[in-house]
Amino acid sequence: MSIKLDNVKISHGKFSLQADFEIEKGKKIALLGPSGGGKSTLLSAIAGFKTPDSGRIFFENTDITSTPPAKRPIALLFQNHNLFPHLSVRNNIALGITTTLKLSLKEIETIDKALLRVGLDGLGNKMPSELSGGQQQRVALARCLIRKQPILCLDEPFAALGPALKKEMLDLVQEIAETTNATLLMVTHQPDDASYITDQTILIAEGKAHRPVTTNKLFANPPAALAKYLGN
Amino acid sequence: MAYRTKPLRPIQLIFSSSAFALLLLLTLGTVITLWLHADIGFQLLVSDWAIIKFTIFQALTSATISILIAIPAARALSRRKFKGRQVVLTLMGAPFILPTIVAILGILAVWGRSGYVSEFLQKIGNDPINIYGFYGVVLAHVFFNIPLATRLIVQGWTAIPVEQFRLAAQLGISTSGIGRHIERPMLRTVVPGAFLIIFLLCISSFAIALALGGGPKATTIELAIYQALRFDFNLAKASQLAMIQFSLCAILGSLAIFITKPINFIQGLDHEIERWDGNEIHHKIFDILVLLIVCLFLFLPLFSIIIRGAVPLFTLPALVWIAALNSIVVAVISAFLSVGMAISMSIFIIKMSYKLPIMSKAMEIISFLILASSPLVIGTGLFILTFPFISPFTIALPMTALVNAAMSLPFSLRMILPAMTNAENQYGRLADSLGMNDWARFNIAIWPRLRRPVGFSIGLAAALSMGDLGVITLFAPPDVATLPLVMYRMMSSYQLTGAAGVALLLVSLSIILFWIFDRGGRLEHKIR
Repeated sequence: MSIKLDNVKISHGKFSLQADFEIEKGKKIALLGPSGGGKSTLLSAIAGFKTPDSGRIFFENTDITSTPPAKRPIALLFQNHNLFPHLSVRNNIALGITTTLKLSLKEIETIDKALLRVGLDGLGNKMPSELSGGQQQRVALARCLIRKQPILCLDEPFAALGPALKKEMLDLVQEIAETTNATLLMVTHQPDDASYITDQTILIAEGKAHRPVTTNKLFANPPAALAKYLGN
Repeated sequence: MAYRTKPLRPIQLIFSSSAFALLLLLTLGTVITLWLHADIGFQLLVSDWAIIKFTIFQALTSATISILIAIPAARALSRRKFKGRQVVLTLMGAPFILPTIVAILGILAVWGRSGYVSEFLQKIGNDPINIYGFYGVVLAHVFFNIPLATRLIVQGWTAIPVEQFRLAAQLGISTSGIGRHIERPMLRTVVPGAFLIIFLLCISSFAIALALGGGPKATTIELAIYQALRFDFNLAKASQLAMIQFSLCAILGSLAIFITKPINFIQGLDHEIERWDGNEIHHKIFDILVLLIVCLFLFLPLFSIIIRGAVPLFTLPALVWIAALNSIVVAVISAFLSVGMAISMSIFIIKMSYKLPIMSKAMEIISFLILASSPLVIGTGLFILTFPFISPFTIALPMTALVNAAMSLPFSLRMILPAMTNAENQYGRLADSLGMNDWARFNIAIWPRLRRPVGFSIGLAAALSMGDLGVITLFAPPDVATLPLVMYRMMSSYQLTGAAGVALLLVSLSIILFWIFDRGGRLEHKIR
C-alpha cells in the first residue's frame, strides 16, 4: 500500500469532495472526470496544498495529513508555470537537488544526464523562454526524475500539447515512473490518456472520488457516472 | 455592410472631432500660447533653479520613501490571511478620491504644531514639530502615495501564478529563497513603473505645496506658477515656469507610458492566499508591525477629521453651502464632459483602427498627452487666452469644470477604450451577423459591457473634481469658491474648527458622488 485516504472530506465554498480509498505501490493511476469535479482538489490535498476538513491521509502507514508540502514524498508537475523564468534550465532542474543552487561537479553531471534522458541534451544553459511548451514540460520532468520521490503527481500536464507530442510525453512519464519505481497519479479529462498509460482509474464526479478500478475494465463496462461523462 | 466598416455618422463625427479639438486646444493650444508668452530669452534666476531643484528633490525623496514602505506592506498583505484584510485593501483605494486639502488638515491634526504628536512631545519636554517646509511636503506626499504604491505592488504579487508558490513549497525553498526566486524578479518589473508614476504625481503636486510648503526653500514649480500669476501678475514669468513644468512632465510622462503597466482599479485584489512560507515568528511579528504602523499612519488623520469635524458640520455658515453647491455642479458637469469625451473618442479610435490604423494609434497617443500637462499649466494657458476678451474671474467655475474634465480624461479613456474594444471584438460581429441596426447594436451588444466602466469613470471623475484645489485658485475672485477653496481660505485664517467641519462635508460629498455613479453602473449588471 502506498497512499491511503481514510474518509477524507475536502470542501471549498459550496463545493465538497469525499474520498475513501487506497492506492497500491507502483501503480499508474488516472484521476478522471469532468472539469470542476474536484480532480485537482484531490491532488492538492494529497500534495499538501489543501487541508481536508476531516479524515486522514497516510503514506505507507505514516499519517501525513498535516505534513507541509516539502516534507511529503511527492514530485509534482503542473499544467504550466513549472519553471522559474529567470533561472536557466540547469538551475531549474538543480532546485530538485538543492535550493541554494550551489552545485558540485557530480551534481552538474547528474543534471546533464537527466537532460539527456528527457531528450534535451546540451540545453542546460538555455532560459525557459527560449524553449517550446513541450520542452519546458520536459525540463520539469527532468527535475521530477532527479528528485526520485516515491509518488509522481501530474496535474493535466500535457493538455496544451498536440496528440503526437502528448503520446511522446506520456511515454516519457511512463519511463520515468518505472525507473524511479514511483506510484503515478495523473489528473486528466481525456479517457484516451487514461487508457494509454494507466493501470487503474479513479473516477471523480458528483462530489465523490471512487475507488481505483482497472482502467480497461472500467471503460468496458462504465458505471452510470462515467457513462454520463463519456456521453454514451 | 458591417457596422465597423461604415463611415462615421455626421453626429458621431461632430462629437468626436469636437472632443479631439478641445483636447488639442487644452494640451498643445495652451502650450503654444505659453511658449509665445514665455521669456525664452531670459536666463533662469538663481531662485528659479532653487525651485526646480526643490521640486525634483522632494519628488525623489517622496517616491523613494513611499516605495520603501509599500514593499513590506504589500508583502504582508499578500502573504497573510487575517480578518479585515479586505477592509484594509479597500481603504487603500480611498486616498485616491480623498480631497488633498482634507488629507492635509488630517495630517496637521496628527503631525502639526498642536497635533497629537507635538502634544505628546511637549508633555515629555520636547519642542513641537514644525511641519511646514520640506518635511511637511514629503510627509503629505508619502501619505498620499503609500496606498497607491502598495496597491500597484500587491497587484504584482497577485499576478504571480499560484503554481510558483506551490512549486516552491514542494521543493522546500526557504522564505528567503522565495524572496530571491519569485518575489524579487516580480519587484524588478513592477517597482520602476510604480516609482515613476509617484515621482510624476509628486512633481506636479500643487495643493500640498500650497498648504505646507512655500517660501524660498519649499516652493515647487506649480506653486511658483500660481504665485507669478496671482501675486505678481507676471504672465511672462508664469509662462516660462509653465513651459519648464510641461517639459519635465512630458519627459516623465512618456517614460511612464512605456514602463508602466496599466493600473487595475475595478478588479478586486481579493484572491485566495496560498502560502507555505514566512511561518517563522520573526516574519509574523515583522508583518504585523508593518501593517499596524502603515494603518495608523494612514487612518489616524482620517479619524481625526471625522472626530473634529462632526460638531462644526452642523453650524457651517451659508457661504459654505453655496460653495458646496458650486462644487457639486462643477463636479457633475466635468465628470459627464470627461466621460462623454472618452466615449466619443473611443468610438472614433475604434472605427479608425479598421481603416487607418496609424491614425487611430496617433489619436490614442494624443489623448494621453494630457498626462504631460498639469492643471496649473493648462490653467495658465487658458488664463492668457481668455484674458484679452473676458475677465478670467467671471469664468472661474466653467474653467474649473473644463480643466478638471481634461485631467480625468486619461483615467476615463483607460477604463472605457479597452471595454469598448472588447465589446466590439466579442459581440460586434455577432450583432452584425444578426443584422442589428445601429441603436439595437449599441443597446444590446455594446452598452451592457460599457455600463460598469462608465459608471466607475463618472464617479471617479466627479470625486476627483470635487476635491480639486488647483485651477480654481488661479481664477477665483474673492467672493466665488468651491468647497476645497473655502476650506483652504479658512485654514489660512486659522479657523481650524470650521475647516474641519467643511472637510467632513467635502469628503462625504466626494464619497457620495462616487458611490451614486459607480452604483448606477452596476445596477442590474448581470453579465460576467
